[in-house]
Order: sequence, then structure tokens, then C-alpha cells
Amino acid sequence: MSAVLYDVPGPRAKVRNRILNVVVVLAVLGAITWVILRLDSSGQFQSRRWAQFQYSAIQQQLFDGLLNTLKAAGLAAVFAMLFGAVFAAARISDHRIVRVPATFVVELFRAIPLLILMFFFYYGSLEFELGLGPFWAVVFGLTLYNGSVLAEIFRAGIAAVPKGQREAAYATGLRKNQVVRLILLPQAIRAMLPAIISQLVVLLKDTALGFIITYNELLYVAKQMGGRLEFGFPYIPVYMVVAVVYIGLCSLLSLLARYLEGRSRRNRKIAKGTTIPPLLDDGRSAEATV
Amino acid sequence: MLSVLTDNWELFREGFWTTIRLFVVSGVLSLVLGTLLAGFRVSPVPALRAVGTGYVNILRNTPLTLVFAFLVFGAPKMNLTLPTFFWSAVAALTVYTSAFICEVVRSGINTVAPGQSEAARAVGMTFIQVLGIVVLPQAFRAIVPPLTSVLIALLKNTTIAAGFSVLEAGAIPAAMAERGENQMLTLVWITIGFLILIIPLVFLQRWAERRTAVAA
Repeated sequence: MSAVLYDVPGPRAKVRNRILNVVVVLAVLGAITWVILRLDSSGQFQSRRWAQFQYSAIQQQLFDGLLNTLKAAGLAAVFAMLFGAVFAAARISDHRIVRVPATFVVELFRAIPLLILMFFFYYGSLEFELGLGPFWAVVFGLTLYNGSVLAEIFRAGIAAVPKGQREAAYATGLRKNQVVRLILLPQAIRAMLPAIISQLVVLLKDTALGFIITYNELLYVAKQMGGRLEFGFPYIPVYMVVAVVYIGLCSLLSLLARYLEGRSRRNRKIAKGTTIPPLLDDGRSAEATV
Repeated sequence: MLSVLTDNWELFREGFWTTIRLFVVSGVLSLVLGTLLAGFRVSPVPALRAVGTGYVNILRNTPLTLVFAFLVFGAPKMNLTLPTFFWSAVAALTVYTSAFICEVVRSGINTVAPGQSEAARAVGMTFIQVLGIVVLPQAFRAIVPPLTSVLIALLKNTTIAAGFSVLEAGAIPAAMAERGENQMLTLVWITIGFLILIIPLVFLQRWAERRTAVAA
């Protein structure tokens, strides 16, 4: 598509592009070298800064942090799906009395910064002595925010099924409940999967907010490890390791989303035209991927 | 309930003022960087395309909190310090948000009818002219709604700076805890503050959506 933006390069353009190519590659290599030299000159490659990764107790600590991250993300993902399903159903209800409050709740939770949502549970638990602790503050915060976004994705997915499907279903005498459950949802779910998984990547990334409310997740463990004087405050080595873990996990999920997207585009079981690109078709849903 | 706000007015004012400054500065910077990256991603030079793609794929899969932590705790260890925590926060928000803006701009470029750039090329424009004079101005009109979504997310993401020594709206609860004020009411007021900031953006978005719907 973007190949439309420039002509097929002729001999001069080919030479120019090749020169630019080399310049860019050199610039990138230069930048990488600069960073490495900088890291080296500040002693970030010294073995004492990496030594703590050899201790099994510290490996265990890192692993527990990862486990806590995944635990919060997994639980929140399940709750958010349930929340999203319930509120999506409420939002397409024929009854105003159900639809209006559901819309209000969904819009509200999408507008509040996630960290503030977590603060509500964190401080609320302290204030009313509920003893929830940071874990549940993270899980509930993630649930409310991502659940609201998922509700929007579900709703948009059902709305994106071509009109003819719904009309044909009503014409055969099905009730609304049956139309949604038997006709629209099965077609919508497949088309929605990429958007849902993209949202789960967001959820996984946002568990790192738990760091701020002292939940013992991966980033929190990393901060503790980086702050150890006896290893020369190895913040950079620790963050490098943690970054690889986060980027690896999220990239895997993102790849899965892209794979499913490609597959659903070819799948004939999805009524033609049922697509929810995570970014463009409904402006509001772009928020979902940030 | 009102006294929580009025007794600590200067704290709320300072906090939200920093939030707005963070939002505006990093919003403008991410728009510039994001558009530049989008240009990279559609350019005729393969190496530039690779740089754009790599940047977006890495940053989109990194938690913003980690970007913050790296810039605030990590960077000083390699003798790279920004003048204040405010600018570290701006850097973190910009680096992160520009990846999302790049993707929005790129999909906007793809929505412009191919005939437009074909015609521009036919009159002899170079790639930069095609993109800058013909395609981007039309693309921007179409992407105002998704772009606003990204900016709303940026506005909400500024709260993360609270965990990294920036006294913005997200840091108000901690300061209020020290003063022994009611935390729940504090949070309610912060929520109201954010709603006041976000609602105009949502209206801008709806308005732009309606306009482009007619134009299409």
C-alpha cells in the first residue's frame, strides 16, 4: 500500500537509496556503539554488577516476581472478560434502565487513570480495614479498566456483524437472546479475538503499575535488586533482564493476535465485512491498545 | 467533602498544573516524533523502515512503568541525567507514546486514496513532497479521532510519573496521606479533575468523527 507513495526507483534513485541505507545503518550502529561505550565506561558490564544473578535465592526472587505478575494478569484477565461480557450485554439491552447505567459505568472506568483506580482499592482497603492488600488493588484496578474496554470491544464486535445476518435471524422467528447468542456472537468472537488479545497485552503491561503501590511483582523485585549497594546499584543490568522478559511475553501475545487476525481475514465462517481493526474503524477503540 | 479540596487547593492546583504541562509538552513531542517515525515506516529506504518497525514493536510491548524506571533509576547510572524528574517523565512519556502515534499516523496514510499520491508523483513530486504536501494533510484529517484516543491515554498515563518523584495529580494522594486528609475524598476529587480534562477531548473527538464521516 505505501509503495504507492514513491516511484519505482530508477538508476539514480537506486544509488541514492543505497547510500541512504548505508548512512542509516551506520547511524544505528554508531548509536548502539555509543550506548555500549557509555555503559562500559560507567562500569555497567563489570562482573560485580551481574554477580547477583548467580545466586539461586535471587533467581528465585526474580522468578517469584514474574509469577506474581502473571498471577495478577491471569486473574485480572478472567475477571475483566466476565466484567466485559456482562456490561456489553447490558449495553446492547433493549431496556433503557439497564443500558444507560451500564454505559455510564463503562465510560467512567475508561476515563479514570488506571493508577487512580488502583489507589481507590489500595487506600480504600486501608481506610475501611478490608485487608485487601496491593495484590487485590492491582487485580481489581485492572479488572475495572480492561473490563470496560473489553465491553466496548464486545459491543463493537457484535455491531460489526453485517445487518443481513441479524435481519435473517429475526425473520426466522428467533428471539433477541437467540439472535445474539446463536447468530451474532459466534461470528463476532472470531473477528474480535485479535482485539481481545491486544487488550490482554495492555493488561499484562499494566501489571507493572503494581510497582507504584508496592505489589511484589517483577518490576518491584527489579527495583529491590537494583538498589543493592554491595553489587554497585546494578539498576541497568537488572532492568535489561526484566525488559527482555516483559518484551518477550508481550511480543508473543502480540504475535498471536496478528496471527489470528491474518487467519480470521481468510476464514469463511466469519461473515464478510466483520472486522474490528484495533486502531482505526472506531476511533474510541484505539485507546484499547495504548 | 468540599473542604478536602478547598483546604488543600494549592496542592491540587500545583498537581494538576504539572499534569497539564506534562501532557502538553510530551503530547507535542510525541506527535513530532511519531509522525517522523511513520514517515520512516513508509519510506523507500529499507533501513529506515526497519528502524521504524523495530522501534514500534519494542516500545509497544514494553510497560510504560519500565520505561520510566529505566530513565529515572537506570540512566543516571550510565551518567545520563536529565535536568529534573519532570524532564525524565517527559522523555519516558514521549518515547512510549510516539510508538502509538506512529501506528495511528501510518494507518491514516493508508486511508488516503492511492490516486492522490499517484497524481502527486505524476507532477514530479519527490517522496518527501508527496508525503508532506499531499498525503499527510489528508491523513491527519482522518486520524483526529484515533489520535485523540492516544492523547487521552497519554493524559491518563501522566499519573505514572507520581511513582517517580514528579509532583503531578497522581502524587496528590501520597501528599494528602501525610497531611492526614481523607484519602477516598481526595481520590474522588482527582477523578473529577481528570474528567474535567478528558471530557473536552472526547467532545473534540466526537466532533471530528462527525466531520470526517460527512467528508467520507
